[in-house]
Amino acid sequence: MPREVEPSINQREFISSAIQEGIRADGRAPLQARQMVIRFGNELGWVECSLGKTRVIAQVCATVTRPFLERPFEGIIVINSEFSPMASSAYETGRPSEEEVTISRMLEKTIRRSEALDREALCILAGQKVSIVWVWTLRVTLHFLSDEGNLLDCACVAAMAVLRHFRKPDIEVVGDEVTVFPPEERAPVPLALHHQPMCVSFAFLGPKNALVVDPTHLEEQLANGTMSISLNAQREICVLQKAGGVALPADEVMRAVNVAVLRVRELNDIVTKALEKDSKTRVIEVR
Amino acid sequence: MSEMEEIVGSPFLNKLSGPESRFEPLNSGNLRSDGRRPLELRSFEAELTTHPSADGSASVSHGLTQVTACVYGPREAKNRGLTMHDRALVNVEVSVAPWAGEMRRLRSRGDKRTLEFAASIKSTFEPVIQTTLYARSEIDIHIHVLQLDGGLLQASINATTLALVDAGVPMLDYVSSLSAGLYHTTAMLDLTSVEESDLPSVTVAVLPRSGKVTLVSMETRLHVDRFEEMFKLAMEGGKVLRGEMDRVVRERTAALARQMEGGVALKEDDKMDTDL
Repeated sequence: MPREVEPSINQREFISSAIQEGIRADGRAPLQARQMVIRFGNELGWVECSLGKTRVIAQVCATVTRPFLERPFEGIIVINSEFSPMASSAYETGRPSEEEVTISRMLEKTIRRSEALDREALCILAGQKVSIVWVWTLRVTLHFLSDEGNLLDCACVAAMAVLRHFRKPDIEVVGDEVTVFPPEERAPVPLALHHQPMCVSFAFLGPKNALVVDPTHLEEQLANGTMSISLNAQREICVLQKAGGVALPADEVMRAVNVAVLRVRELNDIVTKALEKDSKTRVIEVR
Repeated sequence: MSEMEEIVGSPFLNKLSGPESRFEPLNSGNLRSDGRRPLELRSFEAELTTHPSADGSASVSHGLTQVTACVYGPREAKNRGLTMHDRALVNVEVSVAPWAGEMRRLRSRGDKRTLEFAASIKSTFEPVIQTTLYARSEIDIHIHVLQLDGGLLQASINATTLALVDAGVPMLDYVSSLSAGLYHTTAMLDLTSVEESDLPSVTVAVLPRSGKVTLVSMETRLHVDRFEEMFKLAMEGGKVLRGEMDRVVRERTAALARQMEGGVALKEDDKMDTDL
């Protein structure tokens, strides 16, 4: 396993003394995030998100498959989030590192466990026998292009944006007969989403454990602890994860939660605006 | 006839008897499905030095959840490449017995959920153990989950704390952990697996002396305004558990001290220590 080079003592001291004065190395305020830029591809279901120099591509594809035996009336959602050495030399293919496990589990919990997608709406043909049931399988693939800190938030926004951007082919069911229409014949339909959870990550820096939102890679390495909170626009916490690290007073945790509430609202607006702008450039034919 | 009435009235059957009677986390008498009050914990039992071959070990049970932790070290690191020149490396490995849960299920070691679980225990204890005292060495923590009835994380953290104390590894404080849930507006502590699958729940680990929180883990949807009460109650509960853990450690230490004085006849409880 390649071990990442640790930051030098100079870097460590610079960052920690700067944060005591409320300054960060890239000129941001402690509770200021980098700008989230969302770019859509030519096809529906392709999004590139960047947060500073962190870049993630998300892509969705839908196929018609049989459901799981124990959930015969629900579609299947698969989130692929494997790190490749492209993001950073510290990542290896095949063996998941600790960061990869944390990020992919967080995505899983944020999107799948919180029931962001209506899985029953992905069922095409229900029936008593599983052999005649058809459902949609959605595969969300995340490509991590570069890691300049806070991959999780970037990936989460990319995944939510791509799910809102994607449209699945329209279908028609007559008896046991299922017809899937190509996009030329009938306009594809958007997915049914219950809510839009987004993830906000924090780091605790310096001797006084200053709360910092959207940490860069260097800040992540030097942090005394990190915390990630997933929320939706309705102010519901979906996941709250502070796995160890420095011990904090309860009020500091609550403060982070309140900061996250505001940040999620902001992120939601950014995604919605980007989607609106994109939909104006597209002609989705109506039958 | 009276026997029949008794069965129908039992809270356990409520959730099993058909779809019309849904599982009631809290009944009209303000009691939970296993008869506890909302803020009542399950019986907590802990035993130290359960594994004579480990440097420190502890077995903890919260009701029907039972977890054993073994600590090896501080010792020379097996993997030289990962040693650190200024502090000890902490390794955590978790294994869940296939028979632990409701259904027999074999989990591989590479299971992402298990890996994440191990990683969060590792980062909980890394700042609490005084790793700087043991440069270039390694401390291995092995956690075995024997029975699972909710509160896996809390039981594992409590077992690890006791195992580390038993191994004599210097720590800044106990780490005590407890889960809490919320049913409508009533917060309840120490959830069983039935409750965990029905209610929003949070697991909190605290350092009781400073009252600070090192781990917060919530995976279910809950409104922000409802979160704080539940979170703070779990923290308070964690402080109470610390007292219980401290009592177990003191009892064990007193038994050891009695043996060292010699001449005192061994009690039945202390017999195992002669194996060491």
